[in-house]
Amino acid sequence: MTQISVTINGKTYTKDVEPRTLLVHFLRDHLELTGTNIGCDTSQCGACTVHLDGLAVKSCATLTVQADGAAVTTIEGLASNGQLHPMQQAFWDNHGLQCGYCTPGMIMAATKLVEGRPEISDDEIRHGLEGNICRCTGYENIVRSVKAAAAQMGGGV
Amino acid sequence: MGKYVGKSMKRVEDPRFIQGKGKYVANLSLPGMAHLAIKRSPHGHAKILHINTEAAKALPGVIAVYTGQDLIAGGVGAMPCGWNVPDIKVPTRYPLTIDKVRHVGDGVVAVVAETSYIAYDALDLIEVEYEPLPAVIDARKCTDAGAPLVHDDLPNNISYTWSLGNKDETLQALAEADHVVELELINQRLIPNAMEPRACVAQWGAAMEEMTVWTTSQNPHPIRLLLSAFTLGIPENKLRVISPDVGGGFGSKIFHYPEEIITPWVSRAINRPVKWVSTRSEAMMTDSQGRDHVTHCKMALKNDGTITGIYVSTWSNQGGYISTFAPLIPTALYITLLSGLYKIKGVYGEMWGTMTNTVPVDAYRGAGRPEASYLMERLVDLAARDLGMDPLDIRRKNFIPADEFPYQTPVAFLYDSGDYHKLFDKAVAMADYQGMRQAQAAARAEGRVVGVGIVGCIEASGPAPSAVAGSLGSAVGFWESGKVRVHPTGKVSVFTGSHTHGQGHETTFAQVVADELGVPIEDVEIIHGDTASVPFGMGTYGSRSASVGGSALVRSAEKIRAKVMKIAAHQLEAAEEDLMYDREAGKVHVKGSPDKAKPFAELAFAAYTAHNLPEGLEPGLEETAFYDPANFTFPNSCHVAQVEIDKETGEVTIQRYIAVDDVGKVINPLIVEGQIVGGVVQGVGQALWENGVYDESGQLLSGTFLDYTMPRADGFPTLEVGRVETPSPHNPLGVKGAGEMGTIAATAVITNAVMDALGPYGVRHLEMPLTAEKLYNALHG
Repeated sequence: MTQISVTINGKTYTKDVEPRTLLVHFLRDHLELTGTNIGCDTSQCGACTVHLDGLAVKSCATLTVQADGAAVTTIEGLASNGQLHPMQQAFWDNHGLQCGYCTPGMIMAATKLVEGRPEISDDEIRHGLEGNICRCTGYENIVRSVKAAAAQMGGGV
Repeated sequence: MGKYVGKSMKRVEDPRFIQGKGKYVANLSLPGMAHLAIKRSPHGHAKILHINTEAAKALPGVIAVYTGQDLIAGGVGAMPCGWNVPDIKVPTRYPLTIDKVRHVGDGVVAVVAETSYIAYDALDLIEVEYEPLPAVIDARKCTDAGAPLVHDDLPNNISYTWSLGNKDETLQALAEADHVVELELINQRLIPNAMEPRACVAQWGAAMEEMTVWTTSQNPHPIRLLLSAFTLGIPENKLRVISPDVGGGFGSKIFHYPEEIITPWVSRAINRPVKWVSTRSEAMMTDSQGRDHVTHCKMALKNDGTITGIYVSTWSNQGGYISTFAPLIPTALYITLLSGLYKIKGVYGEMWGTMTNTVPVDAYRGAGRPEASYLMERLVDLAARDLGMDPLDIRRKNFIPADEFPYQTPVAFLYDSGDYHKLFDKAVAMADYQGMRQAQAAARAEGRVVGVGIVGCIEASGPAPSAVAGSLGSAVGFWESGKVRVHPTGKVSVFTGSHTHGQGHETTFAQVVADELGVPIEDVEIIHGDTASVPFGMGTYGSRSASVGGSALVRSAEKIRAKVMKIAAHQLEAAEEDLMYDREAGKVHVKGSPDKAKPFAELAFAAYTAHNLPEGLEPGLEETAFYDPANFTFPNSCHVAQVEIDKETGEVTIQRYIAVDDVGKVINPLIVEGQIVGGVVQGVGQALWENGVYDESGQLLSGTFLDYTMPRADGFPTLEVGRVETPSPHNPLGVKGAGEMGTIAATAVITNAVMDALGPYGVRHLEMPLTAEKLYNALHG
């Protein structure tokens, strides 16, 4: 067991974990933050994307010990003061989800993708989301959602 | 049109998903919960000689280890087939195999432990000694004399055969034809890959001897029935099955799977809640797969392009076992579609359902219908090429005329409605088809490899009616249940036997019921997926939810309105025929006197106080309907695509994609368009990239998302989507299925477009997927 201390959605947790514990299992099974989904176990699908010290990472391919001392944001921490994040709102407004399973990862990846890029193009969005698989939507409404949110965010986070 | 039906409305279910609060099975955590993992076969075909579980049992944290024999000794029954065509031989299948492994991933031993990490550690400590056997993987070659047998009691690896159509007329048409197009084709194996891997949680309640099972199913009631009557043996009234939020299905979550038998069985055995969650690797080798046909087909034509006959022979790969509804797919959902959009005198199809050392095959988005449309539209394109006709003109020449509906095909189906010329007119105009052809000619003159594809596809959705399904081999009915409960305050809870796993029922059905009752949509909630609260229902597959499940809700709401009218008549002291149920305003008033009115909520309250009801009328306001449709609905589509192949790399670029679909009346255009677009992209996946590949020993070579190439966001243009509308005449909403049409048409149109591009290079047909490597080789000889 290794002791780690990690700040998740603004709250600091100090816990003993097996060194092999994946970050996504730590979030889901140890903290019951089940908003982060597992789609493939092998970092191919992006369903498990979270923010680790400001970067979008795939938490199924990250060890919890790698997050020691870091700040993690999950889908549960994206809305603030009861207000949906513009990316969440845009996915809702533009029918950017169907079954919803890839959605948390897609939203977490997209928020980082559009940072500082309020006028991001369709092609840039499509290329930037290549690491996230959606089996339902055909991506079109996801692209619409991300574009709308980027404009709304105006380059911010 | 009502206040809500027909309008694009944002989905009411979305807030929980966008905030990470989806209630997926894998998110469930119960006090004292143990974790299950399955030891699976690494071989395609092998005899089990010996199993040693001692080391696994000795690992700290392991609670128990079970083999297939343990399950049978504990009362587990064989897994049944739900669609029994005449003379089918269904090989015996247990949740864990006991004698041989028949595909990679076949379950052998179950381990339950304190954590999932320990359970997986324990799997590595289990020793299974195998004697590898020669394998068969090909749908047709597995029937060769001397081929290894997957099941010793199934000679030639054939489980069943089926045929339909007017064979004599078809043979005569072929004999008398001016021209015959003949094609051998493969409709390749696909792996559905819903993004949520399957999962199951079970909780045994020892005190009351009752079981609750949470499972990722598209149809919890049939799963409860199968668990109760065949596999687990717990009485239906003591067994609750819940399918909460399910992360996509595409058919693969219809079926009864071993793990949803093993998990509750183990929960009862150890008297603790138990959870099993599939890894993606397990999903690739245990979720039912799709398609996998080897087909020989012939089309008879006159010189003017008139199609006079089509004869199809198909070997349909069933995999190592017969999955729950597998025999339905290549029979009554495939051969019945071989008339396409066309008026053809002779139509005949025959098929063999064969066993191989591959993962079992069952319904996958489209299920039989894409296979039918694909071969039909390939044949029509080749016929056009041979006869020097434009692919558009040959299709128009053969359409079933709009004034001949309902139209009886030679292969059982009675098409309900359609106007195929109108459908094509719209698509051709949106695409500027002639302009596309001119641009193609100009591009070719520059040495570019550009192709245009056009297809017209038919679908049969919402299988029905139950009696006919029964006569074709179905063990279940094809009706749907709907219950509308109006609460005393006029708020409404709706219980549907349909199940949503992405399709948006919580919005669409609320639109329907709100309009039917004349209440604000905010007052209507949709409840589904729990056998404890929902009346027995058949679930969601075959694009049936709106046409069958929605119609059941219309029927329930009609009963509510009828009762409300009786109460209103009594209280307003008027005859019912003098009253008007104003759905816009949500009240009942005397005709011509809008002031003499009772609001809906007040009448609901009156139904519950029962202080002043007409004599003999029961209190309460809750109605249930079981709707058994008279027929399938027959959505149809015209899709047009323009592609360019990079000569240097063989890579296909989709330059334009036009999809025009007739899915009848539309309840929520936003959702329907989402279904079409999502379906198209999935269908393009089959045409260009996706391929479930096994080697000769039955090893799955495409067992990860790196090897099995699904569509990603890159590489698609914005689709141009249009609609024409010929309402289905036989359901009260006038709707047809919308969930599968995109997938059906896209595979065919992209293939036709690529083959059109390769026409000048002398290429007649290539098998899917049309990978860059394959196309490069085709272009460079």
